[in-house]
Amino acid sequence: MQPFTYRSVDTVASARAALLEYPEAQMIAGGTTLLDLMKAGVERPAVVIDINRLPLTTIEVTPERVRIGALARNSDVADDATIVREFPVLAQALAAGASGQLRNMATVGGNLLQRTRCSYFRDNVSRCNKRAPGSGCDARDGVNRMHAVLGTSDGCIATNPSDMNVALAALDATIVVMRESGEVRFTLDEFYRLPQETPERETVLQHGDVIVAVEIATAPLYRRSLYLKLRDRASYEFALVSVGACLSVSDGTIARSSLALGGVATVPWRAREAERILDEATPSPELFRRAADAALAGAETTPHNAFKVELAKRAIVRVLGTLAGSAS
Amino acid sequence: MMRFSLRINGSVREIDLVAETTLLDALREHAGLTGTKKGCDRGQCGACTVLVNGRRVLSCLTLAMMHGDDDVTTIEGLAGDAGLHPLQQAFVEHDAFQCGFCTSGQIMSAVGLLAEGRTLDADAIRERMSGNICRCGAYPNIVDAIASVAGQTV
Repeated sequence: MQPFTYRSVDTVASARAALLEYPEAQMIAGGTTLLDLMKAGVERPAVVIDINRLPLTTIEVTPERVRIGALARNSDVADDATIVREFPVLAQALAAGASGQLRNMATVGGNLLQRTRCSYFRDNVSRCNKRAPGSGCDARDGVNRMHAVLGTSDGCIATNPSDMNVALAALDATIVVMRESGEVRFTLDEFYRLPQETPERETVLQHGDVIVAVEIATAPLYRRSLYLKLRDRASYEFALVSVGACLSVSDGTIARSSLALGGVATVPWRAREAERILDEATPSPELFRRAADAALAGAETTPHNAFKVELAKRAIVRVLGTLAGSAS
Repeated sequence: MMRFSLRINGSVREIDLVAETTLLDALREHAGLTGTKKGCDRGQCGACTVLVNGRRVLSCLTLAMMHGDDDVTTIEGLAGDAGLHPLQQAFVEHDAFQCGFCTSGQIMSAVGLLAEGRTLDADAIRERMSGNICRCGAYPNIVDAIASVAGQTV
């Protein structure tokens, strides 16, 4: 690891002040992404600001919403009784990620900013527009079986690797950021940027911003939710395809749906075209297949990752069928 | 270099660190506790698993300086006056290792897992222990060893 200066802070204000004092500073929370990439030489912060003492670990429950502190550990969120009851898709997605040790370390805020597993980004040698803007993309014509088919650009086809983010997208979550002006709120659609011409800019965060919480409204829709993760191994592996969905059915008709995809897109992907097909329709395998076709209609594939399109469609049909079955 | 205190296995140790010293390197290279193993050093194998405040974590992916307020437990801190920890004894009795390199990480991870208080059948043990890789493939006996202790305590 390249040498750096370590600073520890204990308030959000002092974290922001330290960041603004050092333009090349990065925050460390769980450290599971940052230290990994620092060892690889991909990340080289001159200053590392330890934010683990910030008072942001609690899960606050009110009748309208749940506010999860940015430093709540993935394992604590996954096991929280309110999360398990109100947002099953989130508890399941967190439990499907990484390992017991990593879930004890990784935080909600850090998970939002988890970097891609693209091997060309991580090797610190290949051409990569995300790591070295303007250098090119060796993934595009390389071994890209794991790479994205939705939301890609000529310059980047790296996936967002997070399971949690897929669940948060399906739950219409809000990311709360402390900025000069006070707390600012973003939906996931607003928070994540498509790679387009600037894959190195993954979110709308500005230097000095501190993610303080994730908020999710409680609603009957979210209680009937499910996460399905398909991967090369049964455990401790990133998704080839994952699906997070919520479905409310009343009187034999779908009242409302939400559908999000992981492992196939450059950002946490909300399949709104599919939702428009589902909402107010009568659940059936044919309907679910039509919705799945719509969700993947914009896919751009390579010879290595073309299998993800059919895999994702079947995963969507399975999740929707399971949710519809449990609703009737 | 900076003088730093770490509470390891109940004793405070004064060690000289630089900022980039991981908890793993602090344990092995500075505190002389080489029971914790450096496998991949990238958070992928679990050989470096220790307990921080009773919870299992990977010591290779955390900085020593992040743990000045914490209680760190390593494999050296498990056995008491009464002898081996029940999981250590179970690993011996079930022949749950071959080369032994992953074993301290496996045992520390299993101690952390049992402290999580779940009901554990063999499938749940395999899922919850998936962060600990054994390249000798001693998994069946590792699962048996953990199940034998889980059955006693859960």
